Amino acid sequence: MYQYNEIDQTLVNERVAQFRRQTEQFLSGEITEDQFRALRLRNGLYVQIHAPMLRVAGPYGLFNSTQFRKLAHIARTYDKNYCHFTTRQNVQFNWPKLEEVPDILEELADVQMHAIQTSGNCMRNTTSDHLAGVCIDEIEDPRPYCEIIRQWTTLHPEFDYLPRKFKMAVSGALHDRAATQFHDIGLHLVKNDKGVIGFRVLVGGGLGRTPVIGQVIKPYLEKKHLLSYLEAILRIYNLFGRRDNKYKARIKILVKESGLDKFSTLVEKEWLLIRDSNELSDARINAIKAQFAPPAYDNAADKDISFTEQQQANKAFTTWVKFNTTVHKVAGYRAVFLSLKAPEVPPGDMTDCQLDAVADLADQYSFGEIRSTHRQNLILADVKQADLFMLWQKLDRLNLATPNIGTVTDMICCPGLDFCSLANAGSIGVAREINEALDDIDYIHDIGDIKINMSGCMNGCAHQSVGHIGILGVDKKGSEWYQITLGGSSENDAAIGERLGPAVAKDQIINAITTILDVYIKNRLNDEPFLAMVNRVGVTPFKEQVYADS
Amino acid sequence: MQIVKDNQIIDNNWRYVADDAEPLVGDITVSLARWNTDNQKLRVHDGKLGLRIAPCDSVDEMALNLRDIDLVELDFPDFADGRLFSHAWYLRSRFGYQGEIRAIGHFMPDQVFYLSRVGVNAFAPEKIEYLPFIISNLNDFTVKYQNSVN
Repeated sequence: MYQYNEIDQTLVNERVAQFRRQTEQFLSGEITEDQFRALRLRNGLYVQIHAPMLRVAGPYGLFNSTQFRKLAHIARTYDKNYCHFTTRQNVQFNWPKLEEVPDILEELADVQMHAIQTSGNCMRNTTSDHLAGVCIDEIEDPRPYCEIIRQWTTLHPEFDYLPRKFKMAVSGALHDRAATQFHDIGLHLVKNDKGVIGFRVLVGGGLGRTPVIGQVIKPYLEKKHLLSYLEAILRIYNLFGRRDNKYKARIKILVKESGLDKFSTLVEKEWLLIRDSNELSDARINAIKAQFAPPAYDNAADKDISFTEQQQANKAFTTWVKFNTTVHKVAGYRAVFLSLKAPEVPPGDMTDCQLDAVADLADQYSFGEIRSTHRQNLILADVKQADLFMLWQKLDRLNLATPNIGTVTDMICCPGLDFCSLANAGSIGVAREINEALDDIDYIHDIGDIKINMSGCMNGCAHQSVGHIGILGVDKKGSEWYQITLGGSSENDAAIGERLGPAVAKDQIINAITTILDVYIKNRLNDEPFLAMVNRVGVTPFKEQVYADS
Repeated sequence: MQIVKDNQIIDNNWRYVADDAEPLVGDITVSLARWNTDNQKLRVHDGKLGLRIAPCDSVDEMALNLRDIDLVELDFPDFADGRLFSHAWYLRSRFGYQGEIRAIGHFMPDQVFYLSRVGVNAFAPEKIEYLPFIISNLNDFTVKYQNSVN
């Protein structure tokens, strides 16, 4: 994992000092509300319904145990003993006091963390594959490039006041687990016909109000040109992106309105003029790569036989292994998902005690590192199979072992009307009701791989438009209604869900979801997954049943 | 009116002449449109010349005229309009302009570090009391992650 050098540390320290001054100037009336809004957003600070909300960066989802203990400390000291993991692999605190935020940021800086550019119309936290470096389908580990991009984007003087927010994701595997087709810029590590690894560059993807699948702007980009090419795209966007209407200000609209050909001609022209003066050297790439060298794996980890025995002896353990762990590139190891989707807990939330305990487990079982996923769970990426049984028991006691990863109750969910000032409808409550309605774990496992994404408003923080089942909260004359889409996907088979029909009332949404699941169970072919069935039969059979009584 | 230029508070000797105003004498800035219509007159006028640039002005059009220019004013209609940051970068990095680049209008004193990094060397803030903040904010950071003009 990347460790700060003196430059990194100085930068975050100076940023804290700057924000402390800005906060003081705001509180004393020297800078206006409007100005402070722009400044605080660039330090992750929103003003929500009840209190400010602070979003802390989880750089491409990587944390160490020291950082987790600090998050626990912050939750305890400055907040109400919990925090929330987001779809951008970040961490949110929902109850900080405005005047204490500089202190929180200073505490974060002590453990090499920050909240820089986690909101505002600037380049945001770069996200990546949560199984980077350990998965079996990897072309190259994307994390060094994420770190290079993190540094390049941080405090970039030219691109901090963009038309709108700007998000990038990098994937290095065959299976796209980073939703790269739905980012302003998506990067895939690929091999060219000579076997040399470079980037396929996608542009103009995005979710929110107008979901768009990104288009390939550069099928192959040499690594050394990564930053100059990003710079060219950002400059063209900064100059020509729309600033007259915030709903049309994302790069996806610029690409759409100007057409990919014209947009890429502008980018290409700009890039050719800057690419030779801003090359990424092999030495720099290698220096960053060295920070992501594999940990000291035990070569004999696969000699263990206890793992098999424990699975034979304990059905619950076997189930957990099946759903909450995944194959690792090193024999005898598995990557372990910690489910933040226990039935009675708001999706993605974690208490201070859980944070501390997970830090200890990471130290004990996974080289002191923890990852967050864009589906709002955590991962201990490097666990020996011999340790899994013990780890499972400990996670179970922490309520972090619900065996539901990748199932219907592993929902992505935004904070919704309970916390967010943008929301039109509640989402946490609906998630709870779905859990109550689906309380039979065997039924959940029988349904299998299905992704429900639920957002409380059009902004789509929970990526509802790419959920296999998407649920979007809408306001109808002051009451909460829900629009359902089917067939979305953010993976290789990227698709935007099709609308099922008119929105359903709050007291009908659970019925609608269970009806959809019943239609699936009755009509699937053998072990056909939900998404495959929707793609095969379309939305009509679901629609007929959901709206049968209306 | 005072401004900050090259880290110091100095008196401003420049005057902006609106598109329909006269006289075109002394050290003056004009819009790109005025520059184009009154080009002949402006070239021979008594004094130095500057251009006042809006975010929507064409960078390429600016580039054609830089030889006769001693000052470019970047006129912020709103601090959130980041196009002028790219304009400054173009002036310095692409067109090699070495004269004064001055931020004017509704920029924030908290943006001057970034502005200086993209090549802005003078600041005429909305409020005179911002001047000392500007000088200290220019030193907000001693490190940087990426290349720009400075």
